[in-house]
Amino acid sequence: MALAETVISELRRLLGSDNVLTLKEDLIPYSFDGTAALRQMPGVVVFATTPEQAVGILRLANDTNTPVVTRGSGTGLSGGSVPVPDCLVLCLARMDRILELDRANLTLLSEAGATTQAISDAAASADLFYPPDPGSMKISTIGGNVAENSGGLRGLKYGITRNYVMGLEVVLPNGEILWTGNKCVKDVAGYSLKDLFIGSEGTLGVITKVLLKLIPKPAARKTMVATFARMAQAAQTVSDIVAARIIPCTLEFLDRTTIHCVEDFAKVGLPLDCEALLLMETDGHPAAVADEAAKMEQIAGQNGALQLRVAKDEAEATRLAAARRSAFSALARVSPTTILEDATVPRSELVRMIRFVEEVAKKYRLRIGTFGHMGDGNLHPTFLTDERNQDEMHRVEEAFQEIFSEAIRLGGTITGEHGIGVAKKSFLPKFAGDAQMRVMRELRRALDPKAILNPGKIFD
Amino acid sequence: LKHSHLKNLDYSVVQQCMHCGLCLPTCPTYDATKVERHSPRGRIALMRAIADDRLALTKAFAEEMYFCLGCLACMTACPAGVNYAELFEHARAEAEESGLLDSPKRNLIRTFAIRWLFMDLSRLQLIGCILRLYQRLGLQTLMRRSGVLKLLPKRLRELEAMTPNMQPRFSADLIAPVTPATGTQRYRVAMLLGCAQDLIFSDINRDTVEVLSANGCEVITPPAQFCCGSLHAHNGEWGLAQQLARRQIDQFPPEDFDAIITNAGGCGSHLKHYQKLLADDPLYKERASLWDRKVKDIHEWLVEIGIQLPANHPPPQVVTYHESCHLAHGQRVTAQPRQLLRSIPNLKLVELPESSWCCGSAGIYNLIQPEMADELLARKLRHIMSTDAATVVTGNPGCLLQLINGARGKRMNLRVAHPVTLLAEAYRGGS
Repeated sequence: MALAETVISELRRLLGSDNVLTLKEDLIPYSFDGTAALRQMPGVVVFATTPEQAVGILRLANDTNTPVVTRGSGTGLSGGSVPVPDCLVLCLARMDRILELDRANLTLLSEAGATTQAISDAAASADLFYPPDPGSMKISTIGGNVAENSGGLRGLKYGITRNYVMGLEVVLPNGEILWTGNKCVKDVAGYSLKDLFIGSEGTLGVITKVLLKLIPKPAARKTMVATFARMAQAAQTVSDIVAARIIPCTLEFLDRTTIHCVEDFAKVGLPLDCEALLLMETDGHPAAVADEAAKMEQIAGQNGALQLRVAKDEAEATRLAAARRSAFSALARVSPTTILEDATVPRSELVRMIRFVEEVAKKYRLRIGTFGHMGDGNLHPTFLTDERNQDEMHRVEEAFQEIFSEAIRLGGTITGEHGIGVAKKSFLPKFAGDAQMRVMRELRRALDPKAILNPGKIFD
Repeated sequence: LKHSHLKNLDYSVVQQCMHCGLCLPTCPTYDATKVERHSPRGRIALMRAIADDRLALTKAFAEEMYFCLGCLACMTACPAGVNYAELFEHARAEAEESGLLDSPKRNLIRTFAIRWLFMDLSRLQLIGCILRLYQRLGLQTLMRRSGVLKLLPKRLRELEAMTPNMQPRFSADLIAPVTPATGTQRYRVAMLLGCAQDLIFSDINRDTVEVLSANGCEVITPPAQFCCGSLHAHNGEWGLAQQLARRQIDQFPPEDFDAIITNAGGCGSHLKHYQKLLADDPLYKERASLWDRKVKDIHEWLVEIGIQLPANHPPPQVVTYHESCHLAHGQRVTAQPRQLLRSIPNLKLVELPESSWCCGSAGIYNLIQPEMADELLARKLRHIMSTDAATVVTGNPGCLLQLINGARGKRMNLRVAHPVTLLAEAYRGGS
């Protein structure tokens, strides 16, 4: 451990020894996050339980040039919370209180370590709705969601985390506490700094509190599953639905491999004899829901749906959505290493992109399972591989190069919702271009002159 | 090279965890501490580090393996299908073989309980008889009232208070070796009496046999049986567990029965995996696989063959159901106990919040990790109280004991029973 003993003892003094972990057995479980094949040992793991403690930690780190990697539940998928060598991991999982639910202003104030699920439940208990629902929402923290600007299954209609953040409390590397935003719907006083911190992947500050916008809970929803013999039919269904001026809250698809893995785990009765499955959900006023659902059924039928199943109640709808959310992890059933990507293209280019991914997989002799958010063009091609097979891992890398290049060529992005982290760092300069890279570098230097926050992430 | 359980494991089992973290919210020890090492994902990372030679087998690792409840809630939550049960048993076996946890007191207790007492159940019965005498003669009450117990160290006093009440008659005195089916015989089944169950809950064994008989099963229950070996396998005694598995198969040849019934969730979860346990034994491997398929939890079996609806209408009762971890997560039997309860007339089943969250019993966990166990028990009792049910039912002796002790400690007016007992009462016409 290269971290000075004086730093460790100062941390113990600041936080109490219960909140400072240094044993090798304690550090190994923090040497990774949800990203495949990335591992790095931290020097120390600490828990902050108040913003003031976070201030103390950052001051100490800044004074001693100790790199800090902020972490919630470690479910990220681009290596954002994977340690850098001998860093200090600042875990916020113990700052998990929901501080206020304001029914008059429809806002919720929470500490950064509260889980997305807890936020969603708290909102629901007041008949309100917090829509962003990333796959790991049962355990992902809201602070992590904001830092990664997470998406989810409802992006098409409801947007992503950014669309629900009204304010943030952030601790800066020099120990200053910054508050940005408020409960006003309208606020144009100065730069919108909160938007700078959203998606900053732990490189600009440590988010300690989050003020969220809530919306009324939709009065009704209807969930359907349609299966198709060809992926193109599913994609055409999605295009036709949007062309019919319907914006469903969910339009998710799974390919054959993914369907089998998900069914194997969740046992929700997904039909197995098809090439593509669409999970569709519409919500809102009961009359609108009934009308939209009928139209969606009709459109699926016109596109040759093999089977169409409507969830009979709320419980079945929830089970189907939960099954879809498990897709990434369920794919791990068929291979030791699952490498998930999230190349995203404008919706209109989706069919082309799916076909391209299939060709690339064939070209590099790779097994692949693809699923994703068809409504917002956010694909999750997942390579089913084995990290011990170096030759295959090399081919995976080359395949991704091609996929990202194609996504950019089609006017898309290299990551829709997982972030750059370390996994996609090498692709960013080409995607962002020189001017953006320069501005991002200067912003980062202005806020973190000693480069202690998540160094080596997003860009060097 | 020394034999290593973790290094010898098929690496794909170790590698199966893709550390997505979906197990974390279901893990009671992670929930209580928010420390990754106390989570399934963290523990698997440590096991893998040992298999990879990145971590030496250390005392901290060994202790961590005993801080895990082994509740297997993570297995239900895991979309990737990681076999945590297998990893965990091998990790504990490795910890035991390393001797890192050895201490004179621990060794003595383990030798006595695991290697002697539970290897031959007649020894356990003898102790049971002595305890029964002690309790029947009023000596226990006398001791408790006299204040002598106050001289004991705190932990021993706590343990004394947990001593279960022995049944006036053990299973062999209540159940004939062969019980014919009531009416037409449809099946021939064997019934495992269990170890502690046989002494503390022999009435549940009797109820189970009655219910089976009422459902057209001829029930074979030899009076002298063996421990299933789950205690041994879960506590790192792999060899003894194998020995006991062979004895079970010898005593109950699986080809002779339509089903081999257990009414203890913890035992059932282990009994269904003899094939893995005896995979390297050419003589038993095949039969172990048949055995695994024949072992049925009582709820599972009754629903499979169709429950005979009670003709009587017992008085109305409000009941809530606590799921034994190894029944729910180990065996994935969750709907059947509820179905059984719903088949009882006048019974209102109220769902228990967090019904499949561990109650802290976890085999012998409440004896070795009292703090965490007490925390979990308090949480469970709070939820039970919130249902306003007069009765809580559960399908595992460890949970039954834990809840009985908990309710007594909190002076709750709560009946703790096995679902089968309520069904037996309904058949008898209410009692």
